[in-house]
Amino acid sequence: MQDPATSLGEIELVVFTSGGQSFSLDIRHVREIRGQSAITQLPHAPEEVLGVMNLRGAVIPVFDLSSCFGLGPTAANPRNVIMVAMNGARMIGLLVQAVSEIVSIQHSSIQDAPAMLGGPAQSHISGLIPLADGMSRVIDLPALIQRRLPVPA
Amino acid sequence: MAGHDSFRDLFFEEAEDLLGTLVDDIARLKSGERDEEIVHSIFRAVHSIKGSAGAFALKHLVSFAHRFETVLDAVRSDRLPLTPHLLRIVERSADHLSVLVEAARNERSTDQATTGAALAALDACLDDGVPSGPEPSLPMAERVLVFSFAPLALDFDDGEAKPLPQTFTIRFRPHPALYDNGHEPGLMIASLAELGTVQTEVDLSALPDWSAPDIIEPALVWHIRIETTAGLAAVEQIFEFVDGLCDLSISEDDSPVALPDLFDSEDAATEEAPSIPAPEPAADQLVETPQSSSPAIAASAVAQASDGSAPRPTLRVDLDRIERLFNAVGELIINQSMIAQRVDDLQIQFDTDMTSHVESYRLLARDIQEAVMAIRAQPVKPLFQRMSRIVREAAEGTGKQAQLIMLGEGTEIDKTVVERLADPLTHMVRNSVDHGLESPEQRRAAGKDPVGTIWLSAAHRSGSVVITIRDDGAGLDREKVLRVAISKGLVPAGAELSETEIDNLIFLPGFSTASATSLLSGRGVGLDVVRTAVQALGGRVSIVSRPGKGTEFTIGLPLTLAVLDGMLISVGGTSMIVPIASVLETIRPLPGDVQQIGPDERLLSIRGRYVPIIDLAEALGFPRAETNDPAMLLLLVETESRGTCALLVNRVHDQRQVVIKGLEGNYGQVAGVSAATVLGDGQIALILDPEGIITRSPLANSQAGAQRVAALT
Repeated sequence: MQDPATSLGEIELVVFTSGGQSFSLDIRHVREIRGQSAITQLPHAPEEVLGVMNLRGAVIPVFDLSSCFGLGPTAANPRNVIMVAMNGARMIGLLVQAVSEIVSIQHSSIQDAPAMLGGPAQSHISGLIPLADGMSRVIDLPALIQRRLPVPA
Repeated sequence: MAGHDSFRDLFFEEAEDLLGTLVDDIARLKSGERDEEIVHSIFRAVHSIKGSAGAFALKHLVSFAHRFETVLDAVRSDRLPLTPHLLRIVERSADHLSVLVEAARNERSTDQATTGAALAALDACLDDGVPSGPEPSLPMAERVLVFSFAPLALDFDDGEAKPLPQTFTIRFRPHPALYDNGHEPGLMIASLAELGTVQTEVDLSALPDWSAPDIIEPALVWHIRIETTAGLAAVEQIFEFVDGLCDLSISEDDSPVALPDLFDSEDAATEEAPSIPAPEPAADQLVETPQSSSPAIAASAVAQASDGSAPRPTLRVDLDRIERLFNAVGELIINQSMIAQRVDDLQIQFDTDMTSHVESYRLLARDIQEAVMAIRAQPVKPLFQRMSRIVREAAEGTGKQAQLIMLGEGTEIDKTVVERLADPLTHMVRNSVDHGLESPEQRRAAGKDPVGTIWLSAAHRSGSVVITIRDDGAGLDREKVLRVAISKGLVPAGAELSETEIDNLIFLPGFSTASATSLLSGRGVGLDVVRTAVQALGGRVSIVSRPGKGTEFTIGLPLTLAVLDGMLISVGGTSMIVPIASVLETIRPLPGDVQQIGPDERLLSIRGRYVPIIDLAEALGFPRAETNDPAMLLLLVETESRGTCALLVNRVHDQRQVVIKGLEGNYGQVAGVSAATVLGDGQIALILDPEGIITRSPLANSQAGAQRVAALT
């Protein structure tokens, strides 16, 4: 993890909204942001797995971030976007309401999520960052995705 | 270890190529061609296999290849005439060599007796034809010279690969002066150990009586065996400073990695410890050096230059890279069709420029797609060549005489298909020799050539590959087949079956007609396994048999595993692909053909049988499209686990070839779905796995619930 950004103590985060709340994700995970694409439903998939989409020939699963945090399914809206992110070697898509900005902040200014809330949301958040207009939740992508992949047969 | 493994893989890939060359060359010799270069090429192939096998310490392989090479060397230097008998032995030895390579690849051990027999056959050739002692005509001076250069020649020969380990036997008896000068044998042995593996033995026989020891006269003699890649010079260097201060003899053991008898007997090393440093195989090697000592690279270059049919230069590429290219091209095709559609929509009739650009874009895209597909394609030749060995083995094992005729071995199939076809094809070829062909006596009685013929052919036929295995044997004994099937309860007694139906009984699980299970095909593996394997490749097997004339098996395969023939259907508004290979027929049943059982279950009555109807939308957990269309549309599919089932779908659109894309890479396995594909509009369609759908259908609801819970927690 000793790349220049972290060693300087600075980190860049993509800030976006999902389920009416602000979330952010380390920009190094994010590959691209796309408008809505056609998604093909998978049989017997959990509610937060919307299905699979075609990204230049690769088949990637799309997760509804709002559902993942128990905030209910994202309402259909033409302004919704799909964030394509790398989780290790796997490429995934996250359906979110809108991407607002990219912030560059000191690593030290990320606060630990207070261990009081519990619930499913708690385990997917690695920290909190203060923003001018409130607060954003930093997503722990591996923790969010890993448990939603099918168990190998 | 990963690095070592990939070297190992490379070795086996190369060995396979070399074995292919070997088989080709032997076939040329058998057809009567007599060209020195053919023998050289055979020798080089065996030598290269031996050389690289040595680097991986595959000692059985090395020792066999070495003996084989010795015989070939004798042939090459005209010391052994190439008689038909010898040619047969060479052929068998090549077979055995490939058995050993295969065994080494799978890390299995091989039958020692077979190896022994093969070695004995080779030795017999040498005993007959060549005086095995040292060449008497060689003057002594030359022999000494010969020896001092031999290791160098070897080093040079294998310089490109890792040098082969050599084994030296050293007898070392220090004089008093050695100790006087402050040398220490222990340190010298320690520095020897840095060069390679050292075994030492101290000869204590000269130890004096302890009552009156003569402490001045050293009494210890060391016998040291060292296996090293450093060469003789490095070993000699260690003793350089004690020259004249000891009795020293260093001799090279006769093979680079040593023959079997040296593996288990350390005594041999001490007893033999010859003091005249000229073992004859080394001499042999040097006598041949003018022809053979050129570096391996030069040798293969010569092979290619001199042999027009030799493989063209190739490049080994990581499959992942091709996969990436393949994906990009697939996307290009889809992108192209979208652009073409858009241009079409704009209705620019008069802009002929634009239309022709779009058209050439389409052609270029197809060209690239075909070229990329061709990268993965491989000729079936190496696979077929393996079969000729199987035929010989099977014929030998059953006391039959058989020859294999190959046709269309240049036909190319996807690499993965070729690999996965090896097992079923082996089984079928064995089966043809074992069960198809009659014994020579029976054949003579029937007025046939006592030597049976197996034809193995491959051809492209309308987007698929057809492989046939035909024999000119007795054909299926239909009465017997039917009798066996009835006795095993596979068919009800008194059933009236057509000839084709009877022939197809042999593919049923649990069917085996061989009254005495033979060693070869009767290993409890029936033709049903062959059928399953071929179906897994998206292909089909069929059989045609004519009594007294022979039997022909036909395997139809897709050209590539990357593409699949599918039927585009829609279920509850979603488009999906069902592999054509699993669809028997599509039916619009008449209302009277569908029977309700219980609240949900329905059965389809078709030609006197009842098959369960499975609502595909429900089985996949999709909302059921309540069309209440009285005219149901059913796909009849054949499954291993539950026989024939009918899948209820909403629409069948068309048949098409689709590019297969795995779901595992980014997501994981989904029950009932084997893969996905991208349709012309860029949308993903799932490729259904009827087997998976039907297996889980009776409990579909409860299982789906359970999985959902599991996924959430």
